[in-house]
Amino acid sequence: MARGGARWRWWLPQIGLLAMVVAGLAWLAANVADNLARRGIATGLSFLDRAARFPISESILPYSPVDSFAWAIIVGLGNTLFLSVLVAAISTLLGLPIALARRSDHALAKALGGGFVDLIRNTPLVVQLLFWYGAVTIGLPPSAEAWQPMAGIFFTDRGLYLTTFGLVGSALPMLLAVAAGLVATAILAWRGKLRQASITTLATVMISVVMACALGLQRDTPVLGRFNFSGGLTLTPEFVAVLLGLVLYASAFAAEIIRGGIDAVAKGQWEAGRAIGLSERQTLRLIVMPQALRIMMPPMTSQFVNILKNSTLALVVGYPELNFVTATTINQTGQALEGIAILMIAFLMLSGLISLLMNRLNARIALVER
Amino acid sequence: MSYVRTAPEAILPAPVVARPSLAASLFGDAASSLATVFITLVALAALPHLFAWAVTNGVWVGDGEACRDAGACWAFLRAKTPFILFGIYPEDERWRPMVAVGIFVVLTIWSLPRKHWTRATLFGWIAGIVAALLLMGGKTIGLTEVPTSAWGGLPITILLTVLSLALGFPAAVLLALGRRSPHPALRWLSTGFIELVRGLPLLSMLFVASIMVPLLLPDGVTIDNLFRALVALTFSAAAYLAEVVRGGLQGVPRGQEEAARALGLSWAQAMRLVVLPQAIRNVIPPLTNTVVVIVKNTSLVLVVGLFDLLSAGRVALSDPDWPAPYAETYLMIALIYFTICYAFARYALHLERTLGQVRR
Repeated sequence: MARGGARWRWWLPQIGLLAMVVAGLAWLAANVADNLARRGIATGLSFLDRAARFPISESILPYSPVDSFAWAIIVGLGNTLFLSVLVAAISTLLGLPIALARRSDHALAKALGGGFVDLIRNTPLVVQLLFWYGAVTIGLPPSAEAWQPMAGIFFTDRGLYLTTFGLVGSALPMLLAVAAGLVATAILAWRGKLRQASITTLATVMISVVMACALGLQRDTPVLGRFNFSGGLTLTPEFVAVLLGLVLYASAFAAEIIRGGIDAVAKGQWEAGRAIGLSERQTLRLIVMPQALRIMMPPMTSQFVNILKNSTLALVVGYPELNFVTATTINQTGQALEGIAILMIAFLMLSGLISLLMNRLNARIALVER
Repeated sequence: MSYVRTAPEAILPAPVVARPSLAASLFGDAASSLATVFITLVALAALPHLFAWAVTNGVWVGDGEACRDAGACWAFLRAKTPFILFGIYPEDERWRPMVAVGIFVVLTIWSLPRKHWTRATLFGWIAGIVAALLLMGGKTIGLTEVPTSAWGGLPITILLTVLSLALGFPAAVLLALGRRSPHPALRWLSTGFIELVRGLPLLSMLFVASIMVPLLLPDGVTIDNLFRALVALTFSAAAYLAEVVRGGLQGVPRGQEEAARALGLSWAQAMRLVVLPQAIRNVIPPLTNTVVVIVKNTSLVLVVGLFDLLSAGRVALSDPDWPAPYAETYLMIALIYFTICYAFARYALHLERTLGQVRR
């Protein structure tokens, strides 16, 4: 067979396949254009500048209905990110004790940990979210009979009211100290100096507590008014249900990843640790954990991407995250194509970003093979 | 970092290898005892309340009025379970979804033992799916027609799972082969599809499907909600299964394909007869775990207005005659999902142990 012929046979099917895919896409695009024209929808992103005119019940970024659609979408994205970061942090912290409980010899702790993980992992997240939403809206008492488990914390069917502590005077020096501490921690963690990074974190927390105490604190307790509580920090039932549901769900998965990581470290490492005279706890902390951490990195990456994706379910109980805002935008403007494109790009970029960051971190802590 | 040891280190006792007894595990040292006491105290504080709610104050028979200001309203479940399980399917015809569910339960149980993994079983599944669809629809086989918009409850959950798997799996095998192909165009397309679908939340995909599918089709062609949701679920199943199958393909030594080709088999024959059987056999446990994920994912179709188990439960709860016993309803729905998913998860674990693959 001539070389030219082989090359021809190599490329022809591929070009044919590409042509088929392109033709298919073109046919679909023509249908879309046709359908949009018939419904009188003009494509384009100009709608983004118009006033959104729909309310967003809660957001960490400031928002009012006179703001533009573009800002509404950014606010939705802000809520998604806020929720995801919070869930990722809390669930990873909760995952470790659950994993250790499952690995322990303590019969009760083991059974409880195992039962929790099995129960959470084998039921759909939506069912759990709806259950928790029912629990915080129907299950909790009305404001007048608020349940007060601790002084200054009130559980009601309208939300959770917490006492907050504000600083007397300027908070600027403390904020600067915290920022400096965070930057230092981030740089150290990036360089793979995890030990120094954790010391810096601890120092930052201690310094900010000392500075806060030096300034003096002002207590802001929620007070029951005629209809509802005012003052302090209010968490809406939607937020409480979503946070609770997502954290419990994610922590069961995090626990399994951590347990898997610890179990994957060869048994000889434990035995070697004991042989050189380390205690069980020392072996876990100094020998097994650092190795387990490397094994956990890839599954943890997909876990964080999953948390981001699962946060979209917040829409089921009415927490206004990105999908919720985009769906409302599409309903109001009819700009389905643009809305979907924005949604897809946002999620693909965020998943990509998480993978990129985790892979970089992974490369930092990976074993240098000789 | 190094240091010179000047004094001998304290000698620790030799490690204990034997498993501690139950008493020792609960009260062996201070920490265990503390944990035992703590867990017992929490249980003692919570269990009486739970018992009072579920049993002592629980309402087993009666109507909505009997449930007001009482404990668990089990009477609600007695009244609403048929609706939650079968949705708004006409009451006189409910034997049809029951038989359809029965077909899938029998097929699943039949397929569990390894000696039943044969071609006949595969055809049995295809026949079962067709039979279930015909029975549910009814028109083709001379029964009263029931449109898909009236299908609901558990049959929808099971049908969506089975159909997205049945349609997604062949696509997944092709995508996995495509992703490992030496042909760049094929590789890019497969990788692009897999990563696109995996990067998007399923909820967004369901939205996209429900909004975009009508726009993508030529004028006059409409497809129902069930099919739109099925498209999204199948795409998602295909992408996730493809990654599992790819893992299996990576585990088959290259020599297998080379040997098959050297025997004179074509590429397609080598794949079908030599490589894929080994690859898929190796990943049956993770494939079973993916089934659990897909079963759980079907619950998301409530956002596009399909009437699955969970949506039916929500609708039942909105009945003003009852005081919305959400906990009982969601616990029952969770229990149904849990039974299915936990059984599959245990089965996967069992296969992992008995398929005799040596790890590491």
